[in-house]
Amino acid sequence: MAVYLDHAATTPMLPVARDAMIDALDVVGNSSSIHSAGQNARRMLEEAREAIAGSLGCDPIEVVFTSGGTESVNLAIKGMFWARSAAGAGRRILVPRGEHHATIDTVEWLERTEGAIVEWLPTDELGRVSLEATESALSAHHDVALVTTLMASNEVGTIQPVEGVVRLATRAGVPVHADAIGAYRHLPIDFSSSGLTALSVSAHKIGGPLGIGALVVSRTAAIEPLIHGGGQQRKVRSGTQDVPAAVAFSAAARHPTMPLTGLRDRLIAGVQSAVPSAVLRGDPIDRLDNNAHFTFPGCEGDSLLYLLDAAGVCVSTGSACQAGIPEASHVLLAMGLTEAEARGALRMTLGVASTDADVDTLLSALPAAYDRAVRAGLSTRVSAL
Amino acid sequence: MSGGVDSAVAAARAVDAGHEVVGVHLALSRMPGTLRTGSRGCCTIEDSMDAQRAADLIGIPYYVWDFSERFKLDVVDDFIAEYAAGRTPNPCLRCNERIKFAALLEKALDLGFDAVATGHYANIVTDDDGNRELHRAADWAKDQSYVLGVLTAEQLAHSLFPLGSTPSKAEVRAEAAARGFSVASKPDSHDICFIPDGDTRGWLAERVGAEQGDILDRDGAKLGTHEGAAAFTVGQRKGLNIGFPADDGKPRFVLEVRPKTNEVIVGPREALDLSEIAGSRFSWAGRPPQDLGSPLECMVQIRAHADPVPATLSHRDCELVVNPEQPLSGVSPGQSAVIYLGTRVLGQFTIDRTVSAAPIHVG
Repeated sequence: MAVYLDHAATTPMLPVARDAMIDALDVVGNSSSIHSAGQNARRMLEEAREAIAGSLGCDPIEVVFTSGGTESVNLAIKGMFWARSAAGAGRRILVPRGEHHATIDTVEWLERTEGAIVEWLPTDELGRVSLEATESALSAHHDVALVTTLMASNEVGTIQPVEGVVRLATRAGVPVHADAIGAYRHLPIDFSSSGLTALSVSAHKIGGPLGIGALVVSRTAAIEPLIHGGGQQRKVRSGTQDVPAAVAFSAAARHPTMPLTGLRDRLIAGVQSAVPSAVLRGDPIDRLDNNAHFTFPGCEGDSLLYLLDAAGVCVSTGSACQAGIPEASHVLLAMGLTEAEARGALRMTLGVASTDADVDTLLSALPAAYDRAVRAGLSTRVSAL
Repeated sequence: MSGGVDSAVAAARAVDAGHEVVGVHLALSRMPGTLRTGSRGCCTIEDSMDAQRAADLIGIPYYVWDFSERFKLDVVDDFIAEYAAGRTPNPCLRCNERIKFAALLEKALDLGFDAVATGHYANIVTDDDGNRELHRAADWAKDQSYVLGVLTAEQLAHSLFPLGSTPSKAEVRAEAAARGFSVASKPDSHDICFIPDGDTRGWLAERVGAEQGDILDRDGAKLGTHEGAAAFTVGQRKGLNIGFPADDGKPRFVLEVRPKTNEVIVGPREALDLSEIAGSRFSWAGRPPQDLGSPLECMVQIRAHADPVPATLSHRDCELVVNPEQPLSGVSPGQSAVIYLGTRVLGQFTIDRTVSAAPIHVG
């Protein structure tokens, strides 16, 4: 069995979530039906919603189930942009560089087709969004529809100063959406005291099933739906709700978490001693407890990925790919890395089931893989000629 | 694995032969299309998914390796520059020379692989002394030894062509169907893979720039105008759009393309005939011939789908020189001449000098 160190991509379903889902699959009834079967399904759905609300510090009515993180982000950004711009609040969106593609492609689409003005906020060399730039953008422009930001970088793990962003935006009367998909169950989240207007999460990143996520939408939010139909979920997201998936999601949301910091620090120290030239990227302290992200000089991350895969260890280059075509990460480029540095990126992320033995397997395979990857070098790159 | 039927069957046969095989799809474009269109059987995301599904069925790992930057520089830009210089390149041959059996092979060897296996139709034969030779495929209709003629002994030592001995493409398709590959009946790709709609002339015009210029006869008399010299190829007959017939009533052909002055020179078919082609950029596909002191009888092929013709090969003044038995026509500078001894590929050169067979034209 391969060692799996790509839990930020997806993490295995927790046994409690799996069991809950299998049991719920046998339940008959559309949660919108009036009869007793429908009522039973509805009860299970709302209990799930309450448990998820509990894990996020929000009211159950604020939890809107979606098909996953990408839909949540799309609903938040498009929905808030449409509602705010229709109300005359403006068409400008403030976005840090180094967001996930769910955000980048959404705001770029709004810019292309819906008349949005996108203001990219710089990040520092650790991948942290600049509060100074956020403040000056908010004071320079009085047509800001919304601010959206990751709660923590899905790639390099840096925790973002969301509190600071919310404080500045709130002063300017601008709503904030936080993409907490990678941070959920790794950082404390209390939506009600956060001042956020919307927050995206996904079930499969926390040990729940694939295909379900949620957007927390504050009671006071102005938001237009992406999907119209039967008017379920405050008319924000129509469609028959997936009770078994919601039940399994809630089981994962209820499951106690334990910090992975100790194992992560062992992994980071181990990589640094196995390959002394490797550079830890992202904030060394304020980072997700499951994230270790390095660049390895003189080689391609995808060569390392292949060699570690062949040695039985699954890791990630961390960057977006289209049909598996590796791209130099826009997150790393925004942090000021050169394209050659960025090409040597490798992300290793832990899950609740990760063990010391998993880390040992990685660390024992890494030196030979690195040597070989360096020999292959940047052979596909023109700059290496 | 391009996503086509040939590379899928080649991978499966390599596994059957006992090799430890990993499927690799080359990403050759930064901006691949999503869906396959028309006659192009490669390079879209759908094609990469086809390749992955074949790898799944074979039961081998599968990765996409990005060679888009190298491909652009070494194949696409070279193709444009060659046309802009009035020459006619073969991009498939350049891709084999610089990407598949160079950049890809080097990376693979560095990562610990022993060889690159492809779905090309050609054979590798080992002689009594252990030297590797490149030979035509069993199915001459599908033979691709021409575009592999650029391979050197070192490259041949690390190449496998599992389809080379297959009697026909139909057999490969039948085998793909028997193996359950969804690509068993996928159309063959033709056209140039990086020209999306197959409109080479239009594609080149956008990149080389197309300005109206003169079509001249050999005496320099203007016969008409064209929309950009770079789009013309020596030997071309169609698309000249000259409004009146030649004096002898016979068709005219492109004899020469002069990109510097944006002129296209046309004339009768006989004026295309060449008694000699030569080039200084050459390579040997395996062991070089022992003695080229006196001309060597051989066959020469000047296009992927041309018939080979009898000729003699000499090596003088740092160039390879071929004198065909009968005059050769339709040869353009930039084309590759591949030299055969029977079924064996001896080597190749890029044609950069020609000698006309016609008596000196008196204008």
